[in-house]
Amino acid sequence: MRHLKAGWKLGRNTAHRRALLRNLVTSLLVEERIETTVAKAKAMRPHVEKMITLGKRGDLWARRQAGAFLMTQDAVRKLWEIAPRFGDREGGYLRIVRSGFQRGDGAEKAFVELVGSEKVIQEKREKRAETRAKKAEATRKAMEEEAKQAQAEGGEEPAGGEGGGETKE
Amino acid sequence: MANPKRRHSQARTSKRRAHDHLTPHSLSECPNCHERKMPHRACPKCGYYKGREVLAVETEK
Repeated sequence: MRHLKAGWKLGRNTAHRRALLRNLVTSLLVEERIETTVAKAKAMRPHVEKMITLGKRGDLWARRQAGAFLMTQDAVRKLWEIAPRFGDREGGYLRIVRSGFQRGDGAEKAFVELVGSEKVIQEKREKRAETRAKKAEATRKAMEEEAKQAQAEGGEEPAGGEGGGETKE
Repeated sequence: MANPKRRHSQARTSKRRAHDHLTPHSLSECPNCHERKMPHRACPKCGYYKGREVLAVETEK
């Protein structure tokens, strides 16, 4: 009997749920790690594992089946790159780590990542930190220049609160 | 219509409510930063879980 094996409905009708799961699976394969709610993470797990199994099979029919579920051809290409990594692993390709609660509705959030993609994620994080630092540097420079300009132009411009205060003194 | 036959005393109300209370979370200690954290979850303070896995990026400030 299949009692107590209902699975997840996620408060959506069939079409909405299928679209959501396809989106989640596609995003995870492309990004290697995503943040979502625990319920969605658990609901997407079997679908991701099926996709990776298709990727391990690797033939043309498997590729077409994966293409039918995934949202982008890019994701299929990525899947074919990723799948050999899981060669000696039979399932359990995902790691779900609970990471806190969502503001608003208090839903529990979790990271979902492909096991063995720690390096990729680390690289991504470093890159992001780098670009963020660059951006911060650029905005700081821009602000300094603006302040200089305001000082040079004198107190006639009432634009900046800071600049105005300085020129009055 | 059904109506109460007797007055409901304060004592009865209090006795019923004796077990109405919240229980505190059972917390465990983060092995990395020794803060108290909820079990089976990444530490919200340092972002570590199971050894050296940084999850939530640490906010440096």
